[in-house]
Amino acid sequence: MTTVATRLRRSPLDALQRWLPKLVLAPSMLIILVGFYGYILWTLVLSFTNSSFMPSYKWVGLTQYMKLLENDRWWVASKNLLVFGGLFIGISLLIGVLLAVLLDQRIRREGFIRTVYLYPMALSMIVTGTAWKWLLNPGLGLDKLLRDWGWEGFRFDWLVDPERVVYCLVIAAVWQSSGFVMALFLAGLRGVDPSIIRAAQVDGASLPRIYLRIVLPSLRPVFFSALMILAHIAIKSFDLVAAMTAGGPGYASDLPAMFMYAFTFSRGQMGMGSASAILMLGAILAILVPYLYSELRSKRHD
Amino acid sequence: MTSHRWFSPSRLAIHATLLLACALYLIPLIVMLLTSFKSPEDIRTGNLLSWPHVITGSGWLTAWDAVGGYFWNSVKITLPAVLISTLLGALNGYVLSMWRFRGSQLFFGLLLFGCFLPFQTVLLPASFTLGKLGLASTTTGLVLIHVVYGLAFTTLFFRNYYCSVPHALVQAARLDGAGFFTIFGRILLPMSVPIIMVCLIWQFTQIWNDFLFGVVFASGDAQPITVALNNLVNTSTGVKQYNVDMAAAMIAGLPTLLVYVVAGKYFLRGLTAGAVKG
Repeated sequence: MTTVATRLRRSPLDALQRWLPKLVLAPSMLIILVGFYGYILWTLVLSFTNSSFMPSYKWVGLTQYMKLLENDRWWVASKNLLVFGGLFIGISLLIGVLLAVLLDQRIRREGFIRTVYLYPMALSMIVTGTAWKWLLNPGLGLDKLLRDWGWEGFRFDWLVDPERVVYCLVIAAVWQSSGFVMALFLAGLRGVDPSIIRAAQVDGASLPRIYLRIVLPSLRPVFFSALMILAHIAIKSFDLVAAMTAGGPGYASDLPAMFMYAFTFSRGQMGMGSASAILMLGAILAILVPYLYSELRSKRHD
Repeated sequence: MTSHRWFSPSRLAIHATLLLACALYLIPLIVMLLTSFKSPEDIRTGNLLSWPHVITGSGWLTAWDAVGGYFWNSVKITLPAVLISTLLGALNGYVLSMWRFRGSQLFFGLLLFGCFLPFQTVLLPASFTLGKLGLASTTTGLVLIHVVYGLAFTTLFFRNYYCSVPHALVQAARLDGAGFFTIFGRILLPMSVPIIMVCLIWQFTQIWNDFLFGVVFASGDAQPITVALNNLVNTSTGVKQYNVDMAAAMIAGLPTLLVYVVAGKYFLRGLTAGAVKG
């Protein structure tokens, strides 16, 4: 290292060579510092001001956060996120793990089946939302299909039912993302030493037992990765709501991301919108920090 | 391992479950295609999976009239943004793996967090900035935004990939007097084809499918296809033309579907790159 350094210090051209890496990285460093951290700070500042249609810098302390916590729509959005996020993550994990384990049984045409499970992930949430809005259409969608097929009394109008509309979002989101969970776990299963399974089989354990007791517990890291990614998708979910329900009926299917957009950009409540964005960041950090902490700790123990 | 008994009840159950799941994943696509080729009468009288009495392309033509222009906007936004962010990511990754300096690891940590950033926290300042730059509601403005907020992932891809390249290779070239860009162009770039593919495909799907930036930063003529599709589907005026909606959704989804079918291997690698430790 030192010999390289002394050699490079000789001429001005070499000096340039020495600075080149820093010069190349500089624009990106600037972009990240300003566009990520500077802007977060800016939004944080805005959340303490009375900004409405235009930004203003009159300090109002925690007023916007208090208003947010008194806002019924914010509570509906937060509660929806818990219901939506919980069900979406839980069901996606369940389906993903199940399909991965079944696909791991030396299935012919595995490649084709995998492709089918994963293709929704390539689509925009807007496309997914549009498709499911039509599929779940009360009157012409699934509703009519099952009646035409002979189930006379079948009704399906969750999309316009304020109590159930959030489950429609869950259905579409699970369709979109569960194949991805399958792919993650399948990759994990391929890394499991087959001799462990063989040894357990010799001991007379049944295959389902082996998976439940030995194989799946060894995939804990994959499980946490999937959990992180799904939670991240859930918190950021905006396009799916926009396309499928636009938050409706009323604001029954609002999510925080939708709330933030509506208040900041259509209702002229920049201050409150910024406060909601900061709370979303808080939610992400609350999941991210323990995850990264445990990741780093486990690496140190290795 | 255990002998294959293809017709045992448990294997039959496995195959049945997998096939049922295939059907469930495919049905929405089939319904979209069927509906897009139906006439409005067929849609009203039939059901989701009924075969159309007449197959008509009128839904597709109307849809293309409505969103075709915005399709080209998406192309104009996506292609430059993908290329620029990939190039920058490659250079950043090269520096962060091969030319580390004091503070470069800290920078990488800061950048990594960008992968998890909820964009809601930067929307307002970013829109003020675009306004100041005179780029509000332009496709150029969206290119800039996508480059900036794609940088975290593209850098991560290349940095992790280059970290697995033996450092001695670069050291030797440096001793031979090869400069910064020579080493990059002659040694690293030629071996980067797989990660370039992953990065291009990841960025392409991310940017093509983006809705949030599109709806916030572009109005009117500069809208990307996702925003135009959402406007088309969620306008409450007039009679709903579901065949047009579905055709427009197919138009918006086809480019990324095509990429997925052609280069699915790289697509999957991009998806899992964030999750699998590098």
